Amino acid sequence: MPGNPLPDAEQLLTALIEQMRPAVGPETGLIGIHTGGAWVAERLHRALKPKIPCAFLDVSYYRDDYDARGLKRDVKRSEIPFEVDERDLVLVDDVLYTGRTIRAALNELFDYGRPANVKLAALVDRGGRQLPIAPQFVGATLTLRPGQSVVLKRDAAGKLHLELREEQR
Amino acid sequence: MWLNPSNPQLDRKGQLHHLLTLEGLPAEILWQILDTAKTFVGTKVKKVPLLRGKSVFNVFFEPSTRTRTTFEIAAKRLSADVINLNVTVSSQSKGESLLDTVDNLSAMHADMFVVRHGESGAPHFIARHVAPDIHVINAGDGRHSHPTQGLLDMFTIRHYKKDFSNLRVAIVGDVLHSRVARSQIHAFATLGCPEIRVIGPKTLLPAHVEQLGVHVYHDMREGLKDVDVVTMLRLQNERMQGSLLPSAQEFYKYYGLTQDKLAVAKPDAIVLHPGPMNRGVEIDSSVADGKQSVILPQVTFGIAIRMAVMSIMAGNK
Repeated sequence: MPGNPLPDAEQLLTALIEQMRPAVGPETGLIGIHTGGAWVAERLHRALKPKIPCAFLDVSYYRDDYDARGLKRDVKRSEIPFEVDERDLVLVDDVLYTGRTIRAALNELFDYGRPANVKLAALVDRGGRQLPIAPQFVGATLTLRPGQSVVLKRDAAGKLHLELREEQR
Repeated sequence: MWLNPSNPQLDRKGQLHHLLTLEGLPAEILWQILDTAKTFVGTKVKKVPLLRGKSVFNVFFEPSTRTRTTFEIAAKRLSADVINLNVTVSSQSKGESLLDTVDNLSAMHADMFVVRHGESGAPHFIARHVAPDIHVINAGDGRHSHPTQGLLDMFTIRHYKKDFSNLRVAIVGDVLHSRVARSQIHAFATLGCPEIRVIGPKTLLPAHVEQLGVHVYHDMREGLKDVDVVTMLRLQNERMQGSLLPSAQEFYKYYGLTQDKLAVAKPDAIVLHPGPMNRGVEIDSSVADGKQSVILPQVTFGIAIRMAVMSIMAGNK
């Protein structure tokens, strides 16, 4: 997109992969949060090649804004195809903002078991945290104006890119 | 009224607020329920915190074990508090009116009523009178409707057959008294099923049932020919008045589903039954327990469907 002030998502992904490489072993569980985080986690999994499969969480049933916003339309099924107990895990999200999604993901994760430790990777950190949550691995930190948001998109070829949205107030 | 005037189940945004009947419910909402239910099937974690702090009242004016239990399990797996009220044996026998019962239950801070009633239309009546933030689910009213049963049947069929657009389905038996049959017919039609058949004796088919878009058969071997799905109905002896049937034995002879009659359906046809079954009346044990039967999966899927309905509805303001 001409004049797009946002960084290239594919480059951020490459940066994220290099940051994470020393920390991801064959038994490390990568867990992508639907939907954008799942795309990022799939790509990380392909590049970092842990022995165990990639996992996916849809945190819709754990969100704290259900009463205000209801259930989203297309809830996906959470799939964690490995034992969580005593494992090193990395939660993967696309855009880190308030931290509430990560809170919900941690709650869901602990219904599966007690991991040895959980780290957080985000393609983009846009600040604005409302909870004491910090990522260990970040593709880029962005400063947005109030009312702006950034979303991750995936095209038909599987290429990732970021889009800027102006929220209607 | 703040509800959608053309469809009292929907709010002004067109979202599901009450679930009273599948008649007139948009396909988009049916698919949303079926898709959401899929996320609850076969998961390692059985309980999610979505409805924590909410109270679901199972208000049963007519006895039922299975439906009430599956609603109870569904609500508990969503972390709601569940209160079971068997009204047949309490207030009604003391002479309390339906509205007074509902007002009293609302005063106990219910968020959702799951209502079973012997009279058609009772859940509509309740839905019209509760406070706007209370949701009502019809768990079966008279001969009218049993929407969650219809939905779980659709879920089961979709699970085994993937798609409705090429299906030939047969609904067999006591259609006259069956709220399940009515819910199924509306759901099949909305989801795009091209051929819906009903099979039964004239005395047990509603007059002008073909106006619902179904094909009517009185002979099992004709009606079951090449169907993909057979859904059997329970012979509802308790609702029968007068002499609609000579005897249960004779019904079995002509309309009971045996291996022999099932053989004219497609070889991979599946058999459904909403339960409770009358073995040896509408269905033979060898079919009920046979490899084409999906009767027990129906029960399991019923929990997922009820979880989906509650999670979608309780979040719609």
